[in-house]
Amino acid sequence: MVTKPQPDASAPAGWSLLFACWLLAATATAGSLFFSSVMDLPPCVLCWYQRIALFPLVLILAVGLFPFDARVVRYALPLALAGWVVAGYHNLVYLGFIPERLQPCSQGVSCSERNLDLFGFVSIPLLSLAGFSALITLLVVLHRRSTP
Amino acid sequence: MNKQRVVFAASVVVLIGVFAIGARLFQQKKAEQLTFKAQQSFTTFVRPHSQVLGAEDAKVYLVEFTDPACETCAAFSPLVKKLMAAHPDRIKLVVRYAPFHHGSDGVVRLLHASTRQGKFWEALEVMYKSQPAWASHHQPQPELLWGFLAEAGLDIERLSKDLQSPELGKVVEQDLADARALGVDKTPGFFVNGKPLVQFGYTELEQLVQAEVAAAYPK
Repeated sequence: MVTKPQPDASAPAGWSLLFACWLLAATATAGSLFFSSVMDLPPCVLCWYQRIALFPLVLILAVGLFPFDARVVRYALPLALAGWVVAGYHNLVYLGFIPERLQPCSQGVSCSERNLDLFGFVSIPLLSLAGFSALITLLVVLHRRSTP
Repeated sequence: MNKQRVVFAASVVVLIGVFAIGARLFQQKKAEQLTFKAQQSFTTFVRPHSQVLGAEDAKVYLVEFTDPACETCAAFSPLVKKLMAAHPDRIKLVVRYAPFHHGSDGVVRLLHASTRQGKFWEALEVMYKSQPAWASHHQPQPELLWGFLAEAGLDIERLSKDLQSPELGKVVEQDLADARALGVDKTPGFFVNGKPLVQFGYTELEQLVQAEVAAAYPK
């Protein structure tokens, strides 16, 4: 019997992967809101650009979960990549590799200002970069698995 | 499929729950820190140069760190008056300067210079009232204030002479240093008999004042 790949055959494993992506995005969103709304750390311009990439992922990935639709990667990956690029740039600014005057923060909060350092080296931009990196990895793995 | 929905729903609940508990814990810790910081001597709250309104023997000190360019401070001004009227002769209002807006320190110097003419409260009132005209878009322009101050009855010639006094800069510096020491990073920052207003809001301030009045004037 020649059959097309069963749509549900890889669903449980794929679903868990996608769920992990969603959980990651949701946790990152909650964390970012915690920093700004509870701890009153004002987000700088670069933080906002990363948030623009991150927040929609929570909804887009959730839509892909019910019913499970692996093609959600097509919509989620560009956002995650955009967030990753901004996060990378932000880390370079934060660490001083890109000079202060080149950064697009003309008013408000400086993007290189140190607000929080967990264990002495984990900054908010680093958390963001790690989050986007993990998200991209998971999405790519999901994509590889779901395309025969 | 059903199991997946349960897992998803449970995660949403857990995330929101952790957020709410975290927020509560953080605020409790912040309140403790603020209270600890506020265990400072009386002079950190009331400096000799500080302007005080209210009865001489009032036992409740309502200390307000304000920025004349701050919209919320202007909005709170009538509310603070209402609070004082609700507890006549029991509250002393102490105004401290926290010029956090860029350019506000010039406004504060102008405001404090008005004390030399004994017109501080008139000047503060007119600054709050005319705020949209001279501090639109959070950009204070002290030079636009002179006309309003003249209308409020200040002698402009004398004011510009008093404005040259180096003492004004020291007053601003002292108040900013005290604001920092007390953990004030937003305006208005309120303290009632040294107790900080942690959760910001008029109702919260009203409750704090009522509690302190009740403690200072037991029935």
